[in-house]
Formats: sequence, C-alpha cells, structure tokens
Amino acid sequence: MSKIHVSTQVNGDAVEFLCAQDETLLDVLRDRLNLTGAKEGCGTGDCGACSVTINGRLVASCLVLGAEVAGRAIETVEGIGTADALHPVQRHLLEHAALQCGICTPGIIVAAKALLVENPAPSEEEVRYWLAGNLCRCTGYDKIIRAVLSAAAEMRGESA
Amino acid sequence: MRYVVAKSSRDAVALLKAGGDVRLLAGGTDVLVQMKLHEDRPDTLIDIKRIDGYGAISLEAGGYRIGAAVSGAEMGEHGPLKALWPGVVEAMALIGSTQVQGRATMVGNLCNGSPAADSVPAMLAAGATARVEGAGGARDVLVLDLLDRPGKTRLGKAELISSVFLPARPARAGDAYLRFIPRTEMDIAVASAGVSLELDAGGAVVGAKVALGAVAPTAVLVPDAAAALVGSRLGAEALQACAAACAAACDPIDDKRGTVEFRTHVAGVLAARAAKIAYTRAGGSL
Repeated sequence: MSKIHVSTQVNGDAVEFLCAQDETLLDVLRDRLNLTGAKEGCGTGDCGACSVTINGRLVASCLVLGAEVAGRAIETVEGIGTADALHPVQRHLLEHAALQCGICTPGIIVAAKALLVENPAPSEEEVRYWLAGNLCRCTGYDKIIRAVLSAAAEMRGESA
Repeated sequence: MRYVVAKSSRDAVALLKAGGDVRLLAGGTDVLVQMKLHEDRPDTLIDIKRIDGYGAISLEAGGYRIGAAVSGAEMGEHGPLKALWPGVVEAMALIGSTQVQGRATMVGNLCNGSPAADSVPAMLAAGATARVEGAGGARDVLVLDLLDRPGKTRLGKAELISSVFLPARPARAGDAYLRFIPRTEMDIAVASAGVSLELDAGGAVVGAKVALGAVAPTAVLVPDAAAALVGSRLGAEALQACAAACAAACDPIDDKRGTVEFRTHVAGVLAARAAKIAYTRAGGSL
C-alpha cells in the first residue's frame, strides 16, 4: 500500500512527512521526525507516556494515525521550554525530584501544561484526576502532584 | 490497510458498501486499540471526522444533536448541553483518561457494542435517537433499537451513525448516571444505572426512564423500575420497588470483576441513588 503524504504543523513549524496508512502519530514523531520525547509505554492509550496535543487537545499519540493530523497543529514536549529556559512545569518537576527513570516525564509535562492552560488554579484533586492517565511506576505520584501545583502557583505569580 | 477520509455521509456509505473488512474511525480509542491488540487489521479504515457537521453540537427543537465525531471533552465543555442532560454528559466523562476524553466519541461508545458502555444507559434514559445514514438516505432510530449483543449493533453493513439527538425537556426534569467500579476512575463499569425524571409542580414524578448497564448482554431499559417511581416523591417504598424491579431485570455474567449476585444487587442500589440525584436536579427536594 502506498504511503500517505501529510502536511501539518509541529511545535509551530510547518512539517511534511510520508507515512504508512496504519502508522501511528507516535511512530511518525519518533521515527520520521526524530522527535523522541514522546515515549511508547503501552501502545494502547493506557499509560500517557506518548501524550501530545492536537489543536490544543491532549491526546495519546499512540491512538492517533499520522494520516489523521493533516492540517492540524501538534505540540510535543520538544516545543515546551528549552534547556536554558525551562517551562515552570519542567523546572518544578526537577526541583521536586519528581522523576526517576524519566519515561513518563515528557507525557506528564505535556499533560500538566495542557491542564494549566485550561485551569490555571487547579485543586490537588483536579490535578490528580487530570493526570490519572499518566502512569508513573517510580515516584508514587505525590512529588509530581506537588510539582504541578507549585508550577501553577508560580505561573499565577503567587510564589516562586 | 487503506486509510480513507470520507467527505460526506454518502461517501462513507459508498465506501462501506464497497465491501471487504471496512471499519469506521472517529476517536479511534476502540478501533485503534483493537487493531493493535488483536492484529485485527481492516482492509479499509474510513475517517469520518472531516464530514461536515460530524464535529458539531447543535441546538435543534430545544434539544441537542451531537455529531459522531464530537469528543467527550467537547461535550463536557458545552455548558448548555450539560445543563439540559447532565447525566448523559457525566456518563461520557467517566470514560477513560483526559487523553481518551480528547478523542473518544459517544457514537463510538455506542457502536463498539460493549454491554458496559457508560454512555449507553444514559442515552436510553434520555430517550436518545441516532441518525442512521444508509443507501436510502438518513433515518432516525431509537438508540435502544440499535442494541443487539456484545460487540454488535443492529446497524446494517453499509450504515453508519452520523449523530445522536437528545430531545428537549420540560423545566422540571433531570437525569443522572452512576456506575460501580472498584477504583476511583479509569475502569469499566461492573454495574451501572442511568435515570431520567420529569416532575410536576408539586414534586411528584410524572415521567421516568431507568436504564441499566453491564448487567445483561446489552444495556437495558427497565420500564417496571420507571413505573415504580411514577406518582411518587421518591419515598423509601418507591425507591425500594425501583431497586427490586432493576434486580429482576438483571441477567449478568459472573466474572472476576463482579459476581451475578453482586451485580444484581448493586444495579438496584445505583438506580435508586441515580434517581435521587436526577430528582434533585429536576428541582425536587428529598
């Protein structure tokens, strides 16, 4: 079966790629666009390690086909912060030591940023529910939740 | 596998009719998982998200038409829809994670055919109709009449659902959906209940629909449970009769997630509790 030509936008840049008809967006990002931040944990939408946004909407990129994103705007963890200027969510995750192996971290960053766009002042419960689809087997979650809450507070200008 | 974008309902029907193993793709949260886990590769996957109107929630005759490509997240963000049919919206919102909510659709939940589909009992209680597109054009069918058996609806081979319609309701009306799962969220219903009520000015129930999920091969409407509530103000006797009618309507499986006895009991408990929530939402005081 012939490959499909797709024009889309990734992290603000116009991007074109060829992909197989049944190739997932996650495989396109990692194998064709060399954006390896999104990880394949389960491949079935359960773990959240492959989280990205499409037109601002949080999704699991393993449950999206590359062919589906023509004309959409995708944001991956590579579009969030830089090594010199981390996004507050990234900085607070580091400061709270909210990661060990790091496999879930890119998905957590993308998901937490999407939450704070929608709800700049989430309660702890709201953060826990929002991130319930991002599994972490290292931290026990508590540090992640604290980090997101303190990043939210900083972004609201309440404390550093 | 061939990926095709349908441009219209007619286009999608023609692609379905062309035959082979053809599947429809909206949110993909079931079909793409099935392809991955079971290597169940259709010959053709038809993406229906770009068909005009499929992505819309529109006001129609005082009710809401919800397109087949509308995600759970979009339903949850639609204030007026949530105000009119909070039970349907909360049933849909219980499905999966934030990431799944960003893609999963109510029509997909219906067409996947799971007896435990959360949105289906809520749609039955709402008296929802589905618009079915086929070779002869569109027809409107009660969602109830589309249920067949686990994994299967009564849609024809060359038919698809373009939208679901939730009708208008009187001022004193409310609905609610509850499910039992052993965890806080992100699980499949062991038993569930959707209830919709209409009250008169004095707070007596004048119209009721009660539906159960995960306790039979399909979601079921339980007219006896609804009849037990009509005329009452949800006193203990009416709620008990409603729960008993629900238990009598159960025909569940026994599995690791719940025994027959447990599911049968809990279905009635959930229906009575959902009825109370629906009653309060309708403006009644308990």
